[in-house]
Amino acid sequence: MSDIQQSIIIRTIVRIMIPFILLFSLYVIMHGASGPGGGFQGGVIFGAGIILYAMIYGIEEAKKKISDKANRILASGGLVLYAGTGLLAILFGGMFLEYGVIPLMPTTAYTAKILIDVVEIGIGMTVLAVMISLFFDISPPETEEDMHIHEEVE
Amino acid sequence: MIWILDITLLLFLVICAVAAITIKDLLSAVVILSAYSLIMAIVWVEMRAVDVAFTEAAVGAGITTVLFIAALARTEGRSED
Repeated sequence: MSDIQQSIIIRTIVRIMIPFILLFSLYVIMHGASGPGGGFQGGVIFGAGIILYAMIYGIEEAKKKISDKANRILASGGLVLYAGTGLLAILFGGMFLEYGVIPLMPTTAYTAKILIDVVEIGIGMTVLAVMISLFFDISPPETEEDMHIHEEVE
Repeated sequence: MIWILDITLLLFLVICAVAAITIKDLLSAVVILSAYSLIMAIVWVEMRAVDVAFTEAAVGAGITTVLFIAALARTEGRSED
């Protein structure tokens, strides 16, 4: 593991690749209603991008970027977005997730389009936070030697 | 549907599945399982289920492999039986 983490080629390529992976995941989330993809797949790809960073630069370094607290807020915030959109429809007299009754936009089709995107973003937030925290919890803790390697390469 | 491609993919699928459960080294088993997921994703595309293929490629070949390897790093990495 440490040989791979020390390699300058892998560190540079990971640093270049991660913005594209995250951008692609956002595209997948927003494109979910009109094509293949959706909140779950996009969230998994976003989580995979962060996990790639954690594998090469160390888990402690990745926790500085997205902490356990941020994970908890993202996971529950996504659930609030999803359930909130559904319950909002009930408040306006419809059924759960019946987007059409919410008077947000002039036409019901337009309202549904926007609210489906909100729901997809909620799903994506929850999935990415859960995937990242799963990896953080399941991977073995870093030893003193690993920490030393990261400092040396920096 | 290209039936020669389908038969080849399904053949590889069975080979990967049998290899994954018979091999002793657990790291090899995880890698073969991820190859199984990749072939399964192509089979889903062949069956015109692109959404399912997307999920299979992202979750089966991506996240599951990483989580299995992370879990293996905490164990011995050899099967008992």
